[in-house]
Order: sequence, then structure tokens, then C-alpha cells
Amino acid sequence: MWGSHPMTLYILRRVFGFLVTLLIAAAVIFLLLDLLPGDPARFILGINATPEAVAALRLQMGLDDPAIVRFSNWLFGMLRGDFGLSQTQKLPVAGLIAERMSVTLPLTLFAMVISVAIGLPLGILAARHRGKLIDTALMVLAQTGVAIPNFWFGMLLTLLFAVTLRWLPPGGFTPWNEDAWASLRGLVLPSLALALPQAAILARVMRTALVDVSTQDFIRTARAKGMTFGEALWRHGVRNALLPVLTILGLQFAFLIAGTIIVENVFYLPGLGRLIFTAISERDLVLVRSATIILVLVVSFTMLVVDLAYGLVDPRLRERRI
Amino acid sequence: MRVTKSFALASAGLLLATSLAFAQSTEIRVGAPLEPPALDPTAGAAEAIDVVVYQNVFEGLTRIDQTGAVQPGLASEWTVSEDGLTYRFTLNDGVTFHDGTAFDAEDVKFTFERILAEDSVNAQKALYEAISAVTVVDPLTVEFTLSRPDGLFLFNIGRGDAVIVAPESAANNATDPIGTGPFAFVQWDRGSRVILEQYGPYWGEKPALTKATYVFIGDTATMTNALLAGDVDGTYNFAAEALPVFDGNPQFKVLVGSTEGETILSTNNAKSPFDKLEVRQAMAHALNRQDIIDGATYGYGVPIGSHFAPHHPYYVDLTNTYPYDLDKARELLAEAGYPDGFSATLKLPPVNYARVSGQIIASEFAKVGIKLELINMEWAQWLEDVFANKDFDLTIISHVEPFDIGIYANPDYYFGYNNPEVQALNETLNATTDEAKRKELAQQMQTIIAQDAVNGFLFELAQTGVWNAKLEGMWQNAPVEGVVLRDVHWVE
Repeated sequence: MWGSHPMTLYILRRVFGFLVTLLIAAAVIFLLLDLLPGDPARFILGINATPEAVAALRLQMGLDDPAIVRFSNWLFGMLRGDFGLSQTQKLPVAGLIAERMSVTLPLTLFAMVISVAIGLPLGILAARHRGKLIDTALMVLAQTGVAIPNFWFGMLLTLLFAVTLRWLPPGGFTPWNEDAWASLRGLVLPSLALALPQAAILARVMRTALVDVSTQDFIRTARAKGMTFGEALWRHGVRNALLPVLTILGLQFAFLIAGTIIVENVFYLPGLGRLIFTAISERDLVLVRSATIILVLVVSFTMLVVDLAYGLVDPRLRERRI
Repeated sequence: MRVTKSFALASAGLLLATSLAFAQSTEIRVGAPLEPPALDPTAGAAEAIDVVVYQNVFEGLTRIDQTGAVQPGLASEWTVSEDGLTYRFTLNDGVTFHDGTAFDAEDVKFTFERILAEDSVNAQKALYEAISAVTVVDPLTVEFTLSRPDGLFLFNIGRGDAVIVAPESAANNATDPIGTGPFAFVQWDRGSRVILEQYGPYWGEKPALTKATYVFIGDTATMTNALLAGDVDGTYNFAAEALPVFDGNPQFKVLVGSTEGETILSTNNAKSPFDKLEVRQAMAHALNRQDIIDGATYGYGVPIGSHFAPHHPYYVDLTNTYPYDLDKARELLAEAGYPDGFSATLKLPPVNYARVSGQIIASEFAKVGIKLELINMEWAQWLEDVFANKDFDLTIISHVEPFDIGIYANPDYYFGYNNPEVQALNETLNATTDEAKRKELAQQMQTIIAQDAVNGFLFELAQTGVWNAKLEGMWQNAPVEGVVLRDVHWVE
């Protein structure tokens, strides 16, 4: 009985899709990393190591097992919540990632808040004065913001605020439990550098959405009731224009999490991006694949939740067969 | 009123600044370009490990000083038998590891047996294979028996790969290093920094510094900003292209010193056409060393004509063996049967000196008809392709091991040079302990290698440190890998 209920079917289909995505992603990640040239043991021991020492280390690292054994060990380990031991750092991967998340997550959140705080008002302002000088000026600014690479902007910020004015540290990170104020100060410049291009994108999306909405009937009705264009836009337009903006924001979050890698290098922050980057160059295969699958998990889980939420809101989606 | 208030604020700020400067006078923050993957110098080759721990956290029986000479370390003195096969070391009394356990001859025995064990993962195991037995005579006396004389034995046991570890703690040294050095490991914030603090009960002379923090900054522009902003007090070997920023700045000093890094255009001698002497000679004639040094090291490299460090007492200048002469190069190529030149690949590891040298060499070689295809690689890929599988024509690499001319006596080494004469000379050299004799043998080897044009000999890498002008006691040269903090101190 319950099985034929359209909503239950919809949920089951989505969850099944989610699991299949994860399995395929795991296989692809494992295969790609296995094909990557470079022997992790040789990398650790360098060019003067004897072949016996390299062989001993390969044995220690479990590199000599057949690929299918290593793949299933990894999969079943993860099912038990065991993401493995980093090959170079000899520590549990889950702990290493959690540690780095305490930098990357706040950094991403701050960047999002700043980009919303800057991007949305500017977008509204531009739409409000569509076609006028201020609109043109703002959109040129936004275009510039999109074009400026965030690492370069980060360098400029450091030169001004850290080297010349010495208001903020040029980089580095103090652990939260040591001095939370210092941790916060350390995140100001990187979040700004990360936020600017995002703010520029948001401003453009917000403006376009508002301009679209402003030609709709309900705005004309509001105007007919005696509101000024600005009032009508603010009271009725903005809320309706937020939908596409929210979609973009959701995408940006995933992008920011992954995109912190360059900014983390510029500001020498111990974040997730830098962890994965270093692990790839050191051929720490266990760390790279587990960290990558966790990112895949987070992103596809977000997608799943969004899909389910759409299904609740929009009955038409439930009916559609995929 | 407002004026007074801001004045008060300003003076408070000034006070804060002075007290900060005072607090800093026994502490140092060192910028390092690479984070070590682990902190056990006896189980990995990464220079980044030695940068943090060598002679700071860990010590060996002997100690290499900044001129490359061997000094007493945990062993206060030693005697060598007539035949050069037995070394008897007297150990310092009252030495403790950072976990409080005492150091004695048993730890020495344990350390070397661990290096030589079947399942050893020591990156330089081959250096210690002449050791046939380590005997504990009494707690403060230990005797080494060698199977053959080894002229470099005292130097090799002073390297980071042979620092003394304790059986109680050795297994955890990768994450929680415990040695006998003047600084004890405190904390490692992964991805960010390692903190060391002075070890109170240290057996030797106390260092001036009480605390040292290594901050890991990979990007050159970022490191420049960190130095300018005072977030780090110095870095031991900074990219040459960034040095002009600090050169005229009175707040900084630039220390230019030597390293053990012979940078060579490594050539696959086992592969055609590089197995022909004329081809290798032609390439040597087509190398414009000064152009390469100016372009790739901003003039800081020192030209070399063979595989030997110019500051070493055994060095002989062979840079004029095959002077830059393109006509001569074309002639030799024609003689070898390549009047129109040939095509080859040049595989480049991810270091600036290699990438830039590669471009300059490719344009020089093109003038004599040798067309090079440049292939950029990551380290891990380079190690596998070029080094382990010998799948290459040419590559550019700095060989940073001290006194490593012995690699030319190994026909299985990646550049595939097989010359019985050099192999015999090397065997005699290894078994000779008489200085004058050793020098003569080493010079013969250098000369043969230069004449055979085994590889393109380019330059010796320089070490270019940038430090706060008020810091003293840093090593200018890098005879071994490490940033030794023992003598570093602030001066006003």
C-alpha cells in the first residue's frame, strides 16, 4: 500500500540514486588515483633509498595487495565508519579532515555571509535604477569583480592591511581553542578575498532576477494601488526574485568549499583544500580518496535534501518518472 | 580631551609594541616552504623533516657543523683502530631524552640495528651498510665494527638519518618525536606550524632561544608578505627571484651560502644517441653556463665542471673541459653521425631552477640541431618515470647529497654510466682514510667524469636565506639538510 504512494516512491528513487552516485564516485576516484603515476613509498624515501627499503615500506603501506582487495577494504572500512590511515602522516583520515574543517567551514560561511551582504543590496540598487548611470557603474564593477582572481585580490588585501597598515595578520591560523579572537582575525582577509567574486556574481543574478520580476503583472498591480516603483520592487519583487538567487547560493556553497584551496595557500591556512592538495603531491592515496569521497558525500547529500524539499513544495515533480 | 585620549591610546599601543618586542627576544618564527609529512628523520628523505628536527630535537653521535666538518655530538670523543675497521666512542654522561629516560650505549645499539634491520625504512640505509656490529662495552662506551674501511663513516653518522632514538619512543617519532636535542617538540598544528621549546635538562650548552615556531608557507609571494609584515622572522632558503625585495632593506639581511646541490643536465648514458661520447661532448659544448646561472638562479649559482661541490677541499676546477663553442658542438655531432642533430625529450621536475634551465638549454641546443621537447612533471611522477624506471632522455636535477660522487660508480643508477675505471677508483676511495690520498683519488674521479661528459654539469645551488637583521647565528651554508637553531639569537 505505502509502496505505491507517489511521495514514498519519489523518496525511494532519490535515495537509490544517491547511493548509486556514491558507489560510482567511489569506483571512479579509486581507479583514477590507482592510475596516477608515482610510487608513494618511493616518494617518501627519496632517491638514495635502497630497493629493499622501498619494498619494506610498500609492504608496510599495504600497496602490494591486488587493486580489488584494496578497493573492497576501503569500501567496507567506510561502511564501518573507518576512513583509513593517512599513508604519510600515519593518522586517521577522519580526524585529519575534521581538524581541517574547523578552518574551511567557518571560512566558507564567512565568505558566504559577506558575499550576500555585499552582493544582494548592490543587485537591488542596480535593478532599482535600471538603465541609469549608477546601474551601469555597478555592473561594470561587478564584471570586474568576477574577472579578478581571488588569490590576486588576496595579495592586494595582504599588502594593504597586513604589510602596510599591520592591522591584520598576513596569514596563518591560530587554533580556536587557543585564542578565538586571533582565529577570527586570521579569517577576515581570506574571507574577503573569497567573497568578492561571489558577491559580484550574486549582484548580477539579483539584478537580472529583479528586472525579470519587475515586468510581471503583480508589480503593475502594486503600482496601480499607488506604490512607487521602488516600494513595489522592495515589497513584492525582492521576495520573488530570491528564488533563483537561493539556487545560485546553494551552488556557490559547494564551489566555495572546494574553491578555498587557492585562498588557503595564499593565506597559509590549514584548511581542507590545502590538505588535499598536499596529499595529492605526496601520493597519500588513502587520504586523497577518503577526503574526496567525503566531499562527494556532502555535495550529493545536499542535492538529495534539496530534491526532497522540491518534491514537498512542488507536487508536479513527484509525478514525473525518471 | 579627545587629544589626550588618543595620546593615551597611542602610548598604550607603543607600550604593547615594546613589550611584544621584548617577548620576542628569545623566540623565533621560521618560515619553511614545505611542511614535513612526518617528523622522524630516520624514516623519510624529505628535507622538510630535517629542517625542523635535525640538531634541534634529535642529535647523532657526531654533529656536522656549518662548514661541513665533523664535531663531537652525543659522543664526546672516539678512537679509530689502525686498520680503520673499529671505532670506539665515549658517550656524554647525564644525557636524557625529552621523555625523561636516560640515554646510554644501548640506545646507540638500538638505533643502528633499527637502521640496518631487514624491514628498515631508512632512506639512506646504504650509507650504513659497512657496519657489521655495534657492541655495548659499558653504558657510556660503544664500539662499531666495520666490514670495510669507510672514509665518510664519521660524517654519515652525524646526518639526520642516523640520529639516536630510544626503543621506548622510536615507533611514535613520526608524530611525537622524542630526541636528546636542545629543543623539545611541543605541538604540531597540521597544515600550519610546529612548535619547539627549549629542553630544560639539556646536557650541553643551552641555546639562547626558548621557543621556535616553524610556519609552513608554500607560496613565494605569500612568504614575501609574511616576512615584510613580520609574521615570520626569517626563512633559510628563499626563492632567488624574490631576493631583490629584501636586498636593500635595512630590516633584513640576505645570507648567501653554499649547498651540496650539484645541478646537472642528467643524461641517459645507456640510451642511444647519448651512449656516444661525441654526442655528450657536443651537448657540453652547447651549454652556456653563465646564461643558465643568470636565468635560473638570478646569478646566485656557482659554475661546476664535474659532479663536486666547489667549496669542498677536494674540488678541482674543470669548468673549462668543454668550453661554450657551438661550432665545435656541430662538428662533434657530425662526427657522431648526426650532422642534422636529433630530437629528444627533457623531463623537468617541479622546481623553478629546473624549469627555467630547461628552457634556456632547449633554445641553446636548438642552435646545433638538437630539438628538445620539454615535459613538466610532478615529483612523484618524476621519481617513478625518470629515477626508478629510467624512462627518459634528459632531465635536470640537483643532487643534494654531500660527497655523492660515488653514484657514478653504480652502473644501475638512473643515468646509466658504466665505467670500470671509475668504479675501481671509487672502491679505493671508500676504503682509504688518508686525507691526501683521498683527495687525489677524488680529483681523478672528478676529472674522468668531466672528460666523459657523463652529464651536463651546470651549477652548484646556492642557499639564500632572508632573516630579520637583528638575528644572528644562523647557518649560512647548508652542508647537510637542516636549520640548526643552536646558536641563533637576537641582538639589539
